[in-house]
Amino acid sequence: MQKHTVTIGVFALIALIAVLAQFNVLDAYYVSVLMFMGVNIILATSLNLVNGYMGEFSCGHGGFMCVGAYVSSLCTVLMFSKNAILGAPLLPPSMTFIGFPLALLVGSFAAAIAGLVVAIPSFKTRGDYLAIITLAANYIVISAINNMEIIGGPRGFMGMSATEVGMKSVLDIPWVLIFTMLGTLGSVWLLRRFVSSTLGKGVSAISQDEIAAEIMSVDTNRMKLIAFMLSSGLAGLAGGLYAHILGYVNPQSFDIMRSTEIMVMVYLGGMGSLSGAALAAVLFTVLMEALRFLDVWKWVVIPLLLILLMQFRPEGLMGNKELADLFPKLRKFYSFK
Amino acid sequence: MSLLEINGLTRRFGGLIAVNDFNIDLGEHELVALIGPNGAGKTTVFNLISGFYQPSEGSIKLKGKDTKGLRPHQVTALGVARTFQGIRLWGEMHVLDNIRIAQHYRLGYSLLDCFLRTKNYVHREKAIDAIAWELLEAMDLKDVAYELPRNLPYGVQRRVEIARAMSVKPSLLLLDEPAAGLNSSDVEGLIKLVRWIYDNFPVTIWMIEHQMKVVMSLCTRIKVIDFGTTIADGSPDEIQKNHAVIKAYLGDDTI
Repeated sequence: MQKHTVTIGVFALIALIAVLAQFNVLDAYYVSVLMFMGVNIILATSLNLVNGYMGEFSCGHGGFMCVGAYVSSLCTVLMFSKNAILGAPLLPPSMTFIGFPLALLVGSFAAAIAGLVVAIPSFKTRGDYLAIITLAANYIVISAINNMEIIGGPRGFMGMSATEVGMKSVLDIPWVLIFTMLGTLGSVWLLRRFVSSTLGKGVSAISQDEIAAEIMSVDTNRMKLIAFMLSSGLAGLAGGLYAHILGYVNPQSFDIMRSTEIMVMVYLGGMGSLSGAALAAVLFTVLMEALRFLDVWKWVVIPLLLILLMQFRPEGLMGNKELADLFPKLRKFYSFK
Repeated sequence: MSLLEINGLTRRFGGLIAVNDFNIDLGEHELVALIGPNGAGKTTVFNLISGFYQPSEGSIKLKGKDTKGLRPHQVTALGVARTFQGIRLWGEMHVLDNIRIAQHYRLGYSLLDCFLRTKNYVHREKAIDAIAWELLEAMDLKDVAYELPRNLPYGVQRRVEIARAMSVKPSLLLLDEPAAGLNSSDVEGLIKLVRWIYDNFPVTIWMIEHQMKVVMSLCTRIKVIDFGTTIADGSPDEIQKNHAVIKAYLGDDTI
C-alpha cells in the first residue's frame, strides 16, 4: 500500500487543485502563485543536482531556463499563433494537446544541449573557475537573444497564450496549471530516481572525492555530462512552462538575478536534499508574495533572512537529509520512488 | 600469460626522473611488495599503473592489453583496484554506498533504465546490493554498513577501503601503505586480512609498505627501488642480505 500512497496522494492533490481552479474557488491570483511555485520547484531541485549533489557551483541556471523558454515558445508560436515569421499558424488549435508537451520537450532538449557549454569545460575545471564559466554561459544566452531581432530582441517575445486558448477551445479547463503540476511532478520524480540509484550516487562520489571516484571505476566525465545536461534540461522545462504561464518572455527575466534567486532556494533548502529544495521553493514563492506589501524593501528583508540563515543554520533548512530521514515515521506511510 | 607486464617504464616530471626504466612481471595470484626509501617513486609507479599519469617512456600491459591512453576508470574496469596512502573514502555516504558505487563499471543498466526502473534495473541493483552485503559480511563490516566512514576508527576505515577495492572484483589489487597510521593490534588484523583475501580470492596483491613486519610476513617477492631505479628484486631472505638495499636505507659506511 505504502508503495502507492505518494502516487495516489499527489495525483489526488493535482486533481483537487485543478477542480478548485476550474470552479474559481481558487482565483486567478492563487492559481498563478501555484504555477510559479511549480516552476520554482523544478528550478530549485534541478539546480540542486549540480550545486548540492555534485558540489559544483553553477550560477547560470537562468540561462538554461531562458533557452527552454524561448525554444518552446518559438515552437508553439509557429504552430498555433499568427506570427511575423510564417504568418498563419501551421496547425489547427485541436493539435495543441500534442503540440504543447512536444514543444516543452523540444525546449528541454535544447536547454540540455546548451548545458554542454558548461558540461564539457567541467571535465577539466572545477570550483570557482567552473562557476565563472556558468556565469559566462548565462551572459552568452541573454546577450544572444538580446541581439536576435527576429524574436524581438530585448523587447521580448509573445504569442504563447494562443496555445492555451487553443486547448481551452476544445475543453475549457485550466490546462497550463495542469501541465505545470505534471511537469513539476515529472521533474522531481526523474531527479529522485536518478539520485537514489547507484548510477546517480556516482555524482555524490564526485563531490566528496573526485579522484577516488575515478579510481573506483566511476566514469566522472560521463557523470558530469549527465548531471549538467539533466539539470539544464529540467531548467529548460521550467522555462517553457514559465513562458506559457505568462504568455510573454523577455531576456531580462532570465538574467543573473533569476539565477541568484534559484541559488537562494537551493541554499535555503539544504544542499543535497530534494525535499529540502522543493520545500524551499514553496517557502520562497510564498515569502515573495507575502512580502509584496514591502515593495522594493523585500529585497532588503529577504537577503537579510538569508544572512541570518547562513549564520545560524549554514547547512540550510534540511541539510543533506530528506524528509523521511528527519521523520523516519513517515516511512510507514510512503515510499517515494 | 602474465597478469601485469611493465617494460622500461620511465616517468619524468620536468627535469626530475621519478621512475626510471622500471620492469616487472607479475603472474596470477602472487603477493608482492614494493619497498624503498621515501621519495623513491613507489607511489608514482602505482599512479602510472592506475592511469593517473601517462608514462614518459615504456609500456604497461594488463593481461596483454596496453593501458596507454586509458583513463583511470577504464584501467579499473580491466580489473585493477587500489587503495590510497591517506584514506580516501566518500565520507558523507554510508559504508554500504561506498561499496556499491565502486561497482560502477559493471552497473549493466543505462540512464533510461534508471528513470524507468525497468526489470533490468531492479535486477542489477539487487545483484550490486548482494555483492556489497556479501563483502561486508565476509570482511566483518556488516555492523557498520550504515555508518558514515568519517565516524569510524582509523583501522576500520582502512578495512572499508580494502573492501571497497575488493568490490571491483580485481585481478590486481594495489595497496599503497596499508599499515600506515595503524596501531600494532590493527597491523596484526591487517596482516590477517590481506592473507585472508589472498587465500580466498583469485587476486594478485602488490603492496607498498614501510613496515617490514607486514612485508616479511606476507610477501613472497620484494622489489626495492631508490631514486626511481630498481636496486633489488628477490625473496625476503635475499633482500634482507642485499648490500644495495642496506645502503639505500642506512647509508654507506665508508666516508
